[in-house]
Amino acid sequence: MTLDAFLFQVLNGLSSASGLFLIAAGLSLIFGVTRIVNLAHGSLYMLGTYIAYTFATKIGGVTGFWGGIVATALIVGALGAAIEFVLLRRIYRAPELFQLLATFALVLVINDFALWLWGPADLLGPRAPGFRGAVEILGRRLPSYDLFLIVIGPLVLLALHLTLTRTRFGRLIRAATQDREMVGALGVNQAVLFTSVFALGAALAGLGGALQIAREPANLATDLIALGDAFVVVVVGGMGSIPGAYLAAVIIAEVKALCIGIGTVDFGFVTINFSKFTLVAEFLVMAIVLIARPYGLLGKAQGAVRSIAEPEEPIRPATPLLKAFGVAVLAVLVCLPLLAQSSPYVLVLGIDVLIAVIFAASLHFIMGPGGMHSFGHAAYFGLGAYGAALLVKWLAWPMGAALIAAPLLALAGALLFGWFAVRLSGVYLAMLTLAFAQIVWAAVFQWEGFTGGSNGVIGVWPPPPFDKSWVYFLLTLVLAVAAVLLLRRFLFAPFGYAMRAGRDSPLRAEAIGIDVKRVHWLGFAMAGLVCGVAGGLFAFAKGSISPETIHINRSIDGLVMVLLGGVQTLTGPIAGASMFALLQDTVMRQTEYWRALMGAIILLLVLTFPQGIVGAFASLWRKVGGRT
Amino acid sequence: MSVLELRGLNKSFGGVHAVRDVGFAIGKGEFLAMIGPNGAGKSTCFNMINGQLAPDSGEILCEGRNIAGLAPRDIWRLGVGRTFQVAATFGSMTVVENVQMALISHARETYRLWRPASSHHRARALELLAQVGMEDVAFRPSRELAYGDVKRVELAIALANDPKLLLMDEPTAGMGTSERHGLIELVKRLVVERGISVLFTEHSMDVVFAFADRIIVLARGRLIADGDAATIRDNEQVREVYFGTGKTFALSASQGAKA
Ligand SMILES: Nc1ncnc2c1ncn2[C@@H]1O[C@H](COP(=O)(O)OP(=O)(O)O)[C@@H](O)[C@H]1O
Ligand SMILES: [Mg+2]
Repeated sequence: MTLDAFLFQVLNGLSSASGLFLIAAGLSLIFGVTRIVNLAHGSLYMLGTYIAYTFATKIGGVTGFWGGIVATALIVGALGAAIEFVLLRRIYRAPELFQLLATFALVLVINDFALWLWGPADLLGPRAPGFRGAVEILGRRLPSYDLFLIVIGPLVLLALHLTLTRTRFGRLIRAATQDREMVGALGVNQAVLFTSVFALGAALAGLGGALQIAREPANLATDLIALGDAFVVVVVGGMGSIPGAYLAAVIIAEVKALCIGIGTVDFGFVTINFSKFTLVAEFLVMAIVLIARPYGLLGKAQGAVRSIAEPEEPIRPATPLLKAFGVAVLAVLVCLPLLAQSSPYVLVLGIDVLIAVIFAASLHFIMGPGGMHSFGHAAYFGLGAYGAALLVKWLAWPMGAALIAAPLLALAGALLFGWFAVRLSGVYLAMLTLAFAQIVWAAVFQWEGFTGGSNGVIGVWPPPPFDKSWVYFLLTLVLAVAAVLLLRRFLFAPFGYAMRAGRDSPLRAEAIGIDVKRVHWLGFAMAGLVCGVAGGLFAFAKGSISPETIHINRSIDGLVMVLLGGVQTLTGPIAGASMFALLQDTVMRQTEYWRALMGAIILLLVLTFPQGIVGAFASLWRKVGGRT
Repeated sequence: MSVLELRGLNKSFGGVHAVRDVGFAIGKGEFLAMIGPNGAGKSTCFNMINGQLAPDSGEILCEGRNIAGLAPRDIWRLGVGRTFQVAATFGSMTVVENVQMALISHARETYRLWRPASSHHRARALELLAQVGMEDVAFRPSRELAYGDVKRVELAIALANDPKLLLMDEPTAGMGTSERHGLIELVKRLVVERGISVLFTEHSMDVVFAFADRIIVLARGRLIADGDAATIRDNEQVREVYFGTGKTFALSASQGAKA
C-alpha cells in the first residue's frame, strides 16, 4: 500500500468512527448511570435508520432529510424513555443476567416490529442534500458526506463533554457514574435522572442510525451488527467513558479500514485476504484490550458485583421420587421409536429436544455452579458442529470419528477462550464470551473457501443404520443421558463443590487453598467439551449447517433455556431445554413473527418467574411445607 | 525461629500510606493482639501477610522463608489460616460442607470428579464443628447462621489445615460482651492445645488485656508500641492515641465496637 492509499484509508476510517462513536456513546452513558447493558441499543439504532428513511422519502427534500434526522433522534429518544419507564424500572435490582435478557427480548420484539412495518427488503435512502458530490483528496475522490461525518463525531463528543462538565444534568450523570450512593445523597430524583439518561442515549443511537441512511440501506440485520460494534467500542473504551468511546471508535474503525486497505497479501506460502477479516480484527482488538486492561482503555474498575436475588439452597442427592420420575421419563423416551412409523416427526422433535438438553446442561454447568454467565456458548456448539461437518467434508471421516473429534475441538476452543474469560466477571465476562463467539462466527462466515461461508456445509448425513431416525434418536438419547449424568456427578464431586466455592466467595476459596481461576477454567473447558457433543450431533441430525448454527441467537436461546428451568436447580436446565425446544419446534414455526413471540416469552419469564419454572415449583413446594 | 516475622513492611494506596515500615515477630504458640484506631492499617497488614495484597516493600518471613507476594492459597498451604473481618462462608453449602471443602483442599482432592464431596472427611469435619460448639447446626445451610455462629464456623474452617499461624481480623466485631469473651476464650483454648500462634485484632480492651500474651499498637500505619499489657497501658504514645481526647480505654473500646 502506498502512503497516499494509507492516508486515504485513515480518512475513511475516521468517517466510520463517527458512526461507531454515536451508537457507542449512548450505550456507555446508559451503562454508566443505570448499570444496565442495553442490548436493545442496536435496535434503537436500526429504528433510527428506518424512521429517517421514512422522513427522507415521504416528505423529501432538505426538510425531509435534515429535518427528518433531527425528528428521528427525538422520536427514538422518546421511545428510549418509554422503555426505561415501562420495563427497565422494574428490573434495576434484578440480577445482571435478567437485565441482559430483558433487553434482548426487546431486540426480538423491535426486529419483528420493523419487519411488520417496513417489510423484509433493504431500503436505500436518498443522498444527503448539500453533500451529494465528492472531494478530491490525495488523488482519490472522497464523498463530501464522509467528510461531514468525520466532523460530526468530534462535534458530538465536544457537545457531550460540555454537557457533562458544564451543566447540572451533566454533573449528576458524572456523579451517578462514579459513585452510585452519591445520587441518593444529593437528594436527586433518581427516577427522572435514569429516564432522561436513557432518552439521551437512545436519541444518540437514533441520530447515529439516521445519519447512515445516505451511505447504507436500512436493513433488518443492522440491529445485531450495530450492537456488536457498539459493544466492542464501549468495552474497549471503558464502560461509562465518553472520550474512551471516541478513542476506541477511532482505533477500531482504523483497524477495519486498514484491513480493507491492505487487501490481499501473498506471503509466499499462503495468501491472505485481509479485507475478509474485518469482523475478526474488530473482536481481536477487543479481546486484546480486555486482557491487558480489563476495564477498557479509559475505564475504571467497577464496584462490588451484585449478588443473586435469591440465595441458593445446598444441593442434595436426588430423592427417590425424583429418581423414579427420571426412570419413568427415560422409559417413555426409550419407547418413542415405536412411533417411528405412525408419526416420524415425533422422533425429529425428540432429537432436537435431546440436543437442546445437552447444550443447556453444559451451559448451566458454568452459569449456575460456576457463576459465569456466558453469552457465547454457541461458540462451542459451533466448534463441535463445524468440526464434525468439516472433517466429513474435507477428510471424509466416518461419523463415529467425527463425533469424537467434535467435542475435542470444542474443548480446545473452550480451553483457549476460557483462559481469558475466567479472568473477568459479571458483564465483562458476558461480553468477552460474546466477543469470542462472534470471532468464531465471523471466521466461519468470512472464511468462505474452508467453511462454505454463508452457504455452510451440506451433505453431512449419518451412515446406515443411523440414517433411520429412530436409530439416531437412540444414539442421541444415550449421549444425552450420559452427558447429563456425568455433569451431575461432577457437580456433587469435590470439583463441583470447588466451583461453587469460588462462586460463593472467591476470597474465602482462595484463603483455603483453592485456585479459583483454575477451577473455573477447567469447568469452562468441561462445559465446552460437553457442548461440542451437542454440536456434533446437531450437524449429523440436520445434514447441513450454516453460520446460523452459531449465531448469537443460539447463545441467547441457551440462556433462556437455563433460566426457563431455573439456574439454581440441577434439573432446571433439562426441563427448560425440553420446554424451549418443544415451543420452538411447534408454536414458533406457526408464525412469521416468532421473534416477537420469543421476546414476549422472555419478558414474561424475567418479570414473573425470576427463579425459573423448576425453581418456582421448588419454592412453592417448600412453602407448602414439604422439605426436599 | 519466629513463626512469622515482618520486616520494614510498607503499603500505599494512591496517596494514603496505609502501612509504614512495620516490623514485628510472633513466637511459637504466642497469642498476639494488634490494636489501633480504625484506619490504622491493621487489615492492610493482615491482607499482606495472607497474600491478598502484595507489599510495596519489606519482607514477610514465615519460619524464615520470605512469603511476601505469594498468592493467598500458597500461603495457606504453608500453614497460615485466616478469618475475615466480614465473615465469609460458602452460602450455598451446609455448615459441615464448608468445613469439608477446606479439608478436601488440604488433602489436595479439589480436582476429584467422581466420589461425592459429602463423603470426603465428614467425620473429621463434624469433629472440628464439635470443637467450636457448632455440631448442632452442621446440616443447616451456612447462610442461615447467626453472625456469631458464622465466626465459629470460620474458626473450624481455619483449623482444617492444622495451621501454625492463625490470622483473625476482628473476630468479635458485632458481638455482645459475653459472646465476645466466649469466642476468644474458645480460640485461646483451641490454639493452646495445638501450639498454634495467633495474630488478632480486637477493639475491646478488656478482651485484649485479659487474653493477649503480647500487644502491638498501630497508629496511622506505624507501629508505635510493642509489649505486654502493663507496658502498653503505661506507654505515652499509646495514651496519646487513645486518651488524647480525654477518652479512657474502656470508652474508646466501646466506640470501636460500634464502628
Ligand atoms: N483497597 C484500598 N484502597 C484504598 N485505600 C485503602 C484500601 N484498603 C485500605 N485503605 C486505606 O488504608 C488505611 C488503612 O486501612 P485498614 O488497613 O483497613 O485499617 P484498619 O483495619 O486498621 O481499620 C485506611 O486509610 C484505608 O482507607
Ligand atoms: Mg480493619
